Amino acid sequence: MDWINAIIQGILLGGLYALFAAGLSLIFGVMRLVNIAHGDFIVLAAFLGLSVTSVLGISPLLALFLVVPAMAGLGYVLQRGVLNQTLGDDILPPLLVTFGLSVIIQNGLLEIYSADPQKMSAGPIETASIALPGDLNIGVLPLVMFLVAVAVIAGLQWVFYRSALGRAFRAVSDKQDIAELMGLNKAHVFGLAMALSLAVVAIAGVFLGIRTSFDPSIGPGRLIFGFEAVIIGGLGNLWGTLIGGIILGVSQNIGAQINPGWQLLAGHIAFLFVLAVRPRGLFPRID
Amino acid sequence: MTLIGKKKGITRRGFLAGASAGLAAPAILTRTRAYAADPVVKIGHVSPRTGPLAGFAEADDYVLEGIRKVLAAGVENNGKTYQVEIISKDSQSNPNRAAEVASELILGDEVDIIVAASTPDTTNPVSDQAELNEVPCVTTDCPWQPYFFGRNGDPATGFDYTYHFFWGLEDVIKAFLALWEESGVERKVGGLFPNDADGNAWGDEIHGFPPALIGSGFELTDPGRYQPLTDDFSSQISAFKEAGCDIITGNMIPPDFGTFWSQSAQQGFNPKVVTIGKALLFPSVIESLGERGNGLTSEIWWTPDHPFSSSLTGVSAKQLAEGYTASSGRPWTQPIGFKHALFEVTTDIIRRSADLDDPNAILEAISKTDLATVVGHVNWDFGPVKNVSKTPLVAGQWQKGANGMELVITSNHSAPEIPTTGTLQLLS
Repeated sequence: MDWINAIIQGILLGGLYALFAAGLSLIFGVMRLVNIAHGDFIVLAAFLGLSVTSVLGISPLLALFLVVPAMAGLGYVLQRGVLNQTLGDDILPPLLVTFGLSVIIQNGLLEIYSADPQKMSAGPIETASIALPGDLNIGVLPLVMFLVAVAVIAGLQWVFYRSALGRAFRAVSDKQDIAELMGLNKAHVFGLAMALSLAVVAIAGVFLGIRTSFDPSIGPGRLIFGFEAVIIGGLGNLWGTLIGGIILGVSQNIGAQINPGWQLLAGHIAFLFVLAVRPRGLFPRID
Repeated sequence: MTLIGKKKGITRRGFLAGASAGLAAPAILTRTRAYAADPVVKIGHVSPRTGPLAGFAEADDYVLEGIRKVLAAGVENNGKTYQVEIISKDSQSNPNRAAEVASELILGDEVDIIVAASTPDTTNPVSDQAELNEVPCVTTDCPWQPYFFGRNGDPATGFDYTYHFFWGLEDVIKAFLALWEESGVERKVGGLFPNDADGNAWGDEIHGFPPALIGSGFELTDPGRYQPLTDDFSSQISAFKEAGCDIITGNMIPPDFGTFWSQSAQQGFNPKVVTIGKALLFPSVIESLGERGNGLTSEIWWTPDHPFSSSLTGVSAKQLAEGYTASSGRPWTQPIGFKHALFEVTTDIIRRSADLDDPNAILEAISKTDLATVVGHVNWDFGPVKNVSKTPLVAGQWQKGANGMELVITSNHSAPEIPTTGTLQLLS
């Protein structure tokens, strides 16, 4: 029964990893930008959520309605103001600039919020669980997170393949020059992609802040699982990212069931295995 | 063109060399102490002001301001009054950076004594630099085993230039065991030890918790070392549930404890006593856990209720902590006392040293230290090894009080001079 429990908890954990990864996957798919500061944006969103909840005294889940637009706006401004200037044939400048952003965000947060670990309280939902036959318990909060992750991925998928905006995303992703000839403003489309990415980051950040304590320095630690989920699932494939997250979560928990020392290692091994067998991930969309 | 230059007697190179020599001259000339009107003794201070360890150094400004105020009149040594200059540098919570600023302080600022505090990541690189450059060094706020053995110290010979005061792992074990014995719950303990320096030391099969627990009749369920920043503890929780653990212990960082603690509730695991090292030291962490923070237990190095007072300013532990709360609007934290005591010890050394220009005379003064500080007695003659002096350690519980969560001392077996301030309440 322990093994079934480990797998169920692993699948739920996979939802969280997919949330961490979806934004990365999206901007890599549209503009081949690897955002090193992604983990720090997650923490930034968590701190924004904390400010909103403590100032307005509302539940963190309600705070999402403010944090998501704020982060999306930040993403658009950041892309148009900074990151667009760095995009080009060379992949190094955007990498270095996002690395710099990561340092700036960490130390900025440290200056404003200090190094204290913080946590957002969502009330009784945090500890509530659903009892299943066979002494299994599913936490309500992890379940909500998983469902939100699925909904976010489905939403992004719909935007990507069913909307005019998605068509623009795919167009600039395929061939930037031709897309511009067809009247698309590349800078604007990239800005919207980053806005969407940071909107997802906002959701991930607020859930992270409800789930556990966070402080300004933990961002980079969260980034690696996001990268692994993206790569396992296949670059540019959003459903693949969800499956990548689940594979990561389940293999970690199976590893932990053998020995807790194996927990993260098992995830990394699963990642390396996929990379060795299918270097482009399980369901690659882009070359 | 070159001929004209030569005729006037000033070449470009000649001018540059002369000008830079002229500019550099004062820097060289002021180095010598003999010319100074008032003799100055310099203390170098390394502390993690920014980065993940910044919580340990948040009271630095308050403590240093108080110390500088007291020392403004100078310190008397052998009938002469010395001005004391404290140069404080940030380690950025990074051991490499700590070593770098320590060597800057030693070689650039030419400090007479170097002091450092807060975790092995600060104390060890600074002490190593001091030992290497033969500068007297005093450190605190890091259990002595990681300090001493982490630097490959040999108990038979010890170190020459570096001294440390704090408690050790054996004190934590004693304090926790006493706390659990008083609680009267079933003697089944679940251990959560991460795969880092602290976790491996605590969970060590020979020197850590496992042998001490078994020796005292406790049963330990230790699923193994987990990686810090793990997102899931369900396998540990099911192991603890199966073994029927009533007590949970370990050494965790706050994010890991937060994950474990909410997942425990979701999985229906309700231990009666939860005693965790490191994660539960700071009031901010407990506040962030909300209702679920009430009743957690931890080791206690220092509280405002400790019956000690400063040898330097005469203020009691209570006044020191209240002063910080008044000046910053934030709750007191345990490192405040140790940071203050570090400068108490240093000032005492400056007063007693036979010759402040001779590092060996300063070392002589350090080893003869016998001082009652705001964190307890510091005397390197009675330590477990040559360079370590131990301060008392007790254990207690976070309880909901009139002003939010308060740290209550519930167990004082290893240091009966520190009074208990409440009784242990079970979690469930």
